[in-house]
Amino acid sequence: MLRYIAIRLVSAVVMALLASLVIFLISNFVPGDPVLAQLGDILASDPAVVAQWRAKWGLDLPLWDRYWIFLQGLLHGDLGTSIATRRPVLNDIAQFAPATIELATVSFMLTLVIGVPLGVAAAVWRDSIVDAVARAVSLLGVSAPTFWLAFIVLAIFYGWLDWAPGPGRLDPIAFAPEGGTGFFLWDSARAGDWETFHDALAHLVLPSIVLAAATLGLVTRTTRAAMLECLHQDYVRVARAKGLGERAVVLRHALRNALVPVVTLGGLAYANLLTGAVMTETIFAWPGLGRYTFSSAAALDFPAIMGITLIVSATYLIVNLLVDLSYALLDPRVRR
Amino acid sequence: MSATTAMPASRLRRRIRRYGLAWAGGAIVLAWILVAIFAPWLAPYPPEAQEITARLEPPSAAHWLGTDILGRDVYSRLLHGSRVSLFAGFSVVIIGATIGTAVGILAAWLRGIGEEALMRFTDLVLCFPPIILALALAAALGIGTTNTIIAMLAVWWPKFARLARSLAIVQRSQEYVEAATVLGLPQRRILLRHVLPNTFGPIAVLCTLDLGIAILTFAGLSFLGLGVVPPTPEWGSMIAEGRELVEQWWVATFPGIAILSVVVGFNFMGDGLRDWLDPKAQSR
Repeated sequence: MLRYIAIRLVSAVVMALLASLVIFLISNFVPGDPVLAQLGDILASDPAVVAQWRAKWGLDLPLWDRYWIFLQGLLHGDLGTSIATRRPVLNDIAQFAPATIELATVSFMLTLVIGVPLGVAAAVWRDSIVDAVARAVSLLGVSAPTFWLAFIVLAIFYGWLDWAPGPGRLDPIAFAPEGGTGFFLWDSARAGDWETFHDALAHLVLPSIVLAAATLGLVTRTTRAAMLECLHQDYVRVARAKGLGERAVVLRHALRNALVPVVTLGGLAYANLLTGAVMTETIFAWPGLGRYTFSSAAALDFPAIMGITLIVSATYLIVNLLVDLSYALLDPRVRR
Repeated sequence: MSATTAMPASRLRRRIRRYGLAWAGGAIVLAWILVAIFAPWLAPYPPEAQEITARLEPPSAAHWLGTDILGRDVYSRLLHGSRVSLFAGFSVVIIGATIGTAVGILAAWLRGIGEEALMRFTDLVLCFPPIILALALAAALGIGTTNTIIAMLAVWWPKFARLARSLAIVQRSQEYVEAATVLGLPQRRILLRHVLPNTFGPIAVLCTLDLGIAILTFAGLSFLGLGVVPPTPEWGSMIAEGRELVEQWWVATFPGIAILSVVVGFNFMGDGLRDWLDPKAQSR
C-alpha cells in the first residue's frame, strides 16, 4: 500500500511538472505579447523601453534557460513574480486561495448534504414525486449556465426580495476578522466575533448555491443510478429475505456499495469546484483564485498562469490519489 | 395477479416517457437549428439596429422581449445569437471528437510504446484545469469566435481519445478482428472498416451530451469577454451586457433561457440515444 502511494505521488509530481512545461511552451509560442499587453501603445512603440523591460523580466533569455530558472525557483518555493501585480505569484495565490477554498468547501458540503439523500430517495421511491424533483434538480443543475444562474439568484434574492446580501465576502463597511488565516468563518468563530461570522456566512449562501448547482446535478444523478443498480443486487434480496428492516437494507447494504462511484465523482467534483469558481467569483466579486485566474489570463500574465496551473493540477492529482485510496475504505476487495 | 399485469404497464409507461423526452429534446434542438438558419427572416429587426429613443424598454408588442441598453431588440438578437452558439458547439464537438477518436484508435492500434506515449499525453492534457487552459489560450490568441473554438479544441479531444481507445481495445480482441487478420486483410482496412464502425454508438452518445456542455462553455468564455467581438449577437455576451441590470431583468434573463433550453434539448437527446443503444440501461 505504501509503495502504491509512493508511486502515485511521484507520478503526480511528474505530471504537474509536465503540465507547467506545457503552459510554459504555450506561453512562448502564442502570438499574444505580454510586453504589449503591459506597457500600452505609447511606451511599447519605443524599442529601448521594450528591450529594457524584456531584460528586466528575463524575456530576452533563451527558452530553456527560462524554464530552468523557473524550475530552480520552484525548488525554493518560488513560483516567480506576477507581471501584473508585481508580487511573488506564491504570495498572490496564498492571499486568494482561502476565499476560494472556503467557498468551494461550503459548496461541496451543500452538494453532498442535498445531492446524496435526494439521489437515494429518488432511487428508493422511483417514479414518485421525489424522483421527479430529483430529475428536475439534476437537469437544471447541469444545463443552466453558471453565470446566468448567478444573475438570476442575485436579481431575485438580493435585488428583489432583499433576503440575501450582495456580492463580496463581507459588508462593504465591515473589516476582515482577525486571525489572519483568510478563512473568514474560521477566523471569526475563533475570535468569538459572531457578528462577522454571521455576515460572512450570509455572504456565502448565494455564491455557494450557484457554484454547487452543476455538481449537485451530477451527484444526484450518479447516486440515483448507483442506488438503483445496488437495490437490484442479490445481497439486497438476501438482506430483505432475512427480515432486515427496509432502513437497514437501504442505508447499510445498498448505500454503502452505491457510494463508490459517488466518491469518485465527488472527489473530481471538488477539484472542479476550485476551477468552476472562475465564473462564480467573477460575478459575486469574490476575491479568490477564480477571479485571479481570469484577470491573469486577460492580462497574459504568464508567471501567474503557470503558478495557478501548477497548484491546481497538483490539487487535482492529489484529490485523485485520495479518491483512489478511499476506495480501499469502502470496498474491502481493493485492500487485498 | 395484479402485480403481474401492473409490471408491463408501468414499464411501458416508463418507456414512453423516456423516449418521449428524447423526441422532445430532438424537437427543441431541431427548432433551434431552424431558427439559426432562418434568423434573418424570423427576426423583426436587424440584430445590430440601435434605437436610442427606445433604450431598456420592457417587453411589449413592438419588442417582444424588450430592448437592451443600446435600444437593440432582444428578441432579434436572441434569434441571431443561436447561430454563433450552435456553430461553436457543433464545430468544437465534431472536430474534437474526430481528433480524439483518431488518437484513441491509433493508440489502440499501435500498442506498446506508441500507445503508452499517446495515452500519457492524453492524460497530461486531461489533468489541466480545462477552463484555465482555455482562458489562457483564448486570451493569448485574441478575442473572436474562431480563436475561442481553437482554445476549446485544445482541451476537448482527450475525453474522446480515452473513450475511443477503450472501445477499440474491446474490439481488437473480438473474434471477427482475429478472423479478418487470419484472412489476410490489411490492418488499415480492419481498423477503418471493422473497428471504427463498432465504436460509433458510444461516441455518438458522448457527442450529443457534449454538445450541450460545449455550448455552455463557449457561452461562458463569451460571458467573460473572450468569445465574440462585441456587436455580434451571442447569448453569453448578451448575459454579460445585462448582468448589472437587475431592474431590466429581460436583457439577461431571456438569453439564459435560450441556452438552458438548447442544453436541455441535447441532454434529453443524448439520454434517449444512450438508452436506445444500451439495452441493459433500458430495463432500469
